[in-house]
Amino acid sequence: MGYLLVAFPLAMAALAFAVPSNRWRPWLLPIGAAVHLALVVTALSQPRDVPASWFGGWLILDALGKLVLGYLSSFFFLCSLYAPGYLALRSERSNRVICSNLFASLSMMTLVTLSHHLGLMWVAMEATTLASAPSLYFNHNPRSLEATWKYLVLCSVGLALALLGSLFLAYSSLKAGSESTLLFDQLVKDASHLSPPWLHAAFVLLFIGYGTKMGLAPMHTWKPDAYGEAPGLVGALLAGGVTSCAFLAILRVYQIGRAGSEAEFARGAMIAIGLFSMAVAAVFMVRQRDFKRMLAYSSVEHMGILVLGIGIGGAAVFGALLHLINNGLTKGVLFLSSGNIHRAYESKFVDDVRGAIRRVPLSGTMFLAGFIAITGSPPFGPFVSEFTIVNEAFSSGQFFVAGGFLALLCVVFFGIGSAVLAVVQGEPPIDAPVNGFHDSVSTGAPVVLFMILVLLLGVYIPPPLEALLRDAAAFVEVQR
Amino acid sequence: MQFLDPLLILALAINFVVLGVSRIRAVINAVAFQGMLLGIIPLLVHAEIGLRGIALVVVTITVKGFVFPMLLVRAMRAAEIHHEVKPVAGFMLSVLLGAVGAGLAMEFSRALPLAEAHTNLLLVPTAFATVWAGCLMLITRRKAINQVLGYLLLENGIYLFSMLLLEAVPFLVEVGVLLDLFSGVFVMGIIIHHISRAFASMSTEHLTALKE
Repeated sequence: MGYLLVAFPLAMAALAFAVPSNRWRPWLLPIGAAVHLALVVTALSQPRDVPASWFGGWLILDALGKLVLGYLSSFFFLCSLYAPGYLALRSERSNRVICSNLFASLSMMTLVTLSHHLGLMWVAMEATTLASAPSLYFNHNPRSLEATWKYLVLCSVGLALALLGSLFLAYSSLKAGSESTLLFDQLVKDASHLSPPWLHAAFVLLFIGYGTKMGLAPMHTWKPDAYGEAPGLVGALLAGGVTSCAFLAILRVYQIGRAGSEAEFARGAMIAIGLFSMAVAAVFMVRQRDFKRMLAYSSVEHMGILVLGIGIGGAAVFGALLHLINNGLTKGVLFLSSGNIHRAYESKFVDDVRGAIRRVPLSGTMFLAGFIAITGSPPFGPFVSEFTIVNEAFSSGQFFVAGGFLALLCVVFFGIGSAVLAVVQGEPPIDAPVNGFHDSVSTGAPVVLFMILVLLLGVYIPPPLEALLRDAAAFVEVQR
Repeated sequence: MQFLDPLLILALAINFVVLGVSRIRAVINAVAFQGMLLGIIPLLVHAEIGLRGIALVVVTITVKGFVFPMLLVRAMRAAEIHHEVKPVAGFMLSVLLGAVGAGLAMEFSRALPLAEAHTNLLLVPTAFATVWAGCLMLITRRKAINQVLGYLLLENGIYLFSMLLLEAVPFLVEVGVLLDLFSGVFVMGIIIHHISRAFASMSTEHLTALKE
C-alpha cells in the first residue's frame, strides 16, 4: 500500500506526459487525484495497533503522517477539479509539463509524509522543489522566469543546508558511540544520548533549511515572487501543499530536538521565528498593491502561526495542526478566486482591478469571504484554530507572545482588508479588458467547495478528523 | 588511506581555482574534476566497499565528472556567455575570502567534538571549506551558470562530510541525492537557456522586476 501511494501518482505523471491530446490531458488530474484520495482513505481507515510500515521501516504511516497525508490528498483533489477548466482557458499553451509535474509533486509529497528516514525525506523534499519549478514557469514570460529562477536557487540552497543538517544529526548519533543513523524512530529513541553540540548545529541547519522551503521569514524572499507569478492553481498547491510538507519536516526535526537536549531552544526558536514571520508579513502586506503577492505574504504569516503554535506547546499544538488544514483550504479559496479575478481583469494590481463582485460575482464574493476567513474572523475555520493557539498562550502564561500574536493579526487584518475591499467593491473600470472571461462551473465550483469546507471546519470538526488531530498532536508532544 | 590527504588537498586547491578564474569553461572543468576526485574517496575511506559501493563510485564519477559538465557547457554555448563579468566581489577578493574560510574551517574542525577516529582527518575541514567556497560563489557571481556551479561546489562539500557516515547514508539515499542533483542541474540548465533568450544575457542582474 505504501509503495502504491507513492508509485501511483508517479505512474500518472508518466501517463500525463505520454498523452498527446492537450485537450484531454488535464482531465487526468481529477481522475488520478480521486484514485489517490481513495487509496489514502483506505490506508487511513485500516485500524491498526502499530502503524503500517514498509521498506524495512523507512516508510511508516504514523499519526502525524496520517493527518498530513489525508489533508494533502484531499487538498490536491480539490485543486485538481479546478485544473481542467483553467487549462482549457489556456489552450494555446501545452499543458504537458504542468500536468505531469503536478502528479510528480503529489507523489513526492506523499513520500515526504511517509518517510521515516531523514535522508529519504530530504530527497523527496528536494524533488518537490524540482517538480514544482517548471509549473511556475507556465506563463513563459520574463517575470515568471525570474520567479522560477529565484525559487529554484533559493530553495535548493536552503535544502542543501538541510542536508548538511541531516548529516550533522547522523553524526550526533555516531559521536554518541552508536552507529550513525538517520532513521527517525531510532533518533527519537536515542535522543537523550545524542551529542548536544552536533544536535544543536543540526537543529539550526535543519530549521533554516526546511524553514526556507516553508517560507518562514527571513528565508521567505522567494515566496512573493513565486506566488505572484505562478498560475493560481500552482500558487494554491505551493501554499497549501508543498509548504505543509516542509512544516511536517520541521515537526520531525522538532520531535528529535525535543526528545533530546534541544527542547527549550527549539521552542524558543519557533516562537521567535513565528512572530518574526508574522511581523515581516504584516509590514509588507500594508499598502501592498499586487494582490497575488499579498497572498504570498499571507502565506508567510500563516507559516509563522504554525511554528508559533508548536512553540507555544500544549493545546496550541492541536491548534497548529488544525490550522495547517484551515490555512491550506482557505488558501485554496484565495488563490483560485484571485486567479479568476486576474484572468478577468488581466491584471493583478489593486489599481487596475475594481468592482470584482460585479465583473465576476462568484469569484469576487469568494475572494471577499476568503479574506474574512483567513484573517481569523468567525465563523470560519481559521478562527477556531487561531483561537485555540492564543487561548493556550494566555492560559500557559505566555502573555507577551499572545499579545504580540493578537497585535500582528490586527495589522494584517487592515493590510489585507484595504487591498481586498478595493478589489471587490465599486464599479469595474471603464477601460477594463473585455475578454469574455466569466465565472463558470469549472472554475467556480472548486472554489465554492473549498469555502464550504472552511466554513464547516469553523462550526463543526467531524469526529474522525478530530481523532486524527488528537493522535497527531499527542504524537508531536509525547516525551519519549 | 595514504592517498586520502593528497587527494583532499587537491580538492581544496580546486576551490581556489573555481573562485579565482573568470572563464566559465575553466570553472566547469574544475568543478567536474573536483567531483571526480570526490567520487574516488569512498574507495579510500571504507575498508570494505562491496558491489554497491563500487556502483556508487562509478555513478558519482559519471554524473559529476561527465554529465554535469556536458549539461553546463551546453547551457553556456546556448547562452553564448564565456566569462563572468563584474562579479559582486572581485576574483582576488573571492580567493582571499576563500582562503580565510579555509583557515577558519581548519580551526573550527579542531574545536569540534569529533569522534575519535575523525580527529586527524583532513576530510572535515575540506568539507567545510568547500561548503564555504560554494556559498561564496552563490553570493558573489552574477551569471546564472556560475550560481549553479556554486551550488554544485556546496553539494560537493556536503558529499565530503557524508563520507564519515556510511551507515546513515546508504546507497539508496546517495543515489537519490545524486538524482535530485542531476534533475536540479538539468532544470537549471533549461532555465538558463530561457533567461539568455529572454534577456539576451544570462546575468541574474536582469532579474530585478520582482521586488517591493
